[in-house]
Amino acid sequence: MQVDPGAVLVLSAILFAIGIFGVISRRGAVVLLMGVELMLNAGNLALVAAARVTPAGGELGAMGGQVLAFLVLAVAAAEAAVGLALVIALFRHKGSVDVDLARMLRW
Amino acid sequence: MIPLAALFPLAIALPRIAFWGLAAVAVLAALGVVLHRNPVVEALFLVVVLLAVAGIYALMHAWFLAVLQVIVYAGAIVVLVTFVIMLLNLGPEARGGPGVLTVVLGALLALGLAGLVGRAAAGFGPRAAGAAWNPQFGRVAAMGKALFGAWFWPFEVVSLALLAALVGAVVVAKRRLEE
Repeated sequence: MQVDPGAVLVLSAILFAIGIFGVISRRGAVVLLMGVELMLNAGNLALVAAARVTPAGGELGAMGGQVLAFLVLAVAAAEAAVGLALVIALFRHKGSVDVDLARMLRW
Repeated sequence: MIPLAALFPLAIALPRIAFWGLAAVAVLAALGVVLHRNPVVEALFLVVVLLAVAGIYALMHAWFLAVLQVIVYAGAIVVLVTFVIMLLNLGPEARGGPGVLTVVLGALLALGLAGLVGRAAAGFGPRAAGAAWNPQFGRVAAMGKALFGAWFWPFEVVSLALLAALVGAVVVAKRRLEE
């Protein structure tokens, strides 16, 4: 056990906090998506660190944590595709990706 | 000549040193993602974060996830983000930065969250270090067995979600629905 899983969890908390700060404090839709990606990565890091110290066996054993991280990876890809499509739609209608401009429920 | 035995402590400490280096790189680059004004530079900082996280996966012996992280995240997703940035020709954010109140409240929330989770997680390592070591950890074969065994239905649901996202992205980004 070379890498301390507790240290990895602390790192994951820090990355998640930075991601949340990005989502709250920025206006650009693209950087908002990047903040979400940061948070998903932090969650994955925590999952792998927890899997690392889970004994083998059972559905939620050492493999379960990694499989969950794998599924999160796939969902992140889907999120990026839909999110960026929304960014393009926003830009097409408003001429900007400032999320403060998206305040109507329909056009 | 240095006796090999003298290098032994260094070899033991090396993964730890590598971890702290990668962690520092990840945190600094994440701050770069959030604080820089130019979207292209932000995307490049994001690549640095993702590669550092992949390195940490590798240090934790999660080899398959480390490779996936590089291919899917640092490869496909960031390319998509960069493509959209260039398609829309985004420059630095036009209007002045966010309000002071937003930044202060956001920073307070983030710091509080990090402190809370960090404090809860800090004692995790020593307690859990006694868990039995699984030699199959991170191997592709074991991952595949888990994925197509116990985790078969979640895997299929995720693939359906990916398909739905694909169709949804095309519909949303299309110019007009009619015609």
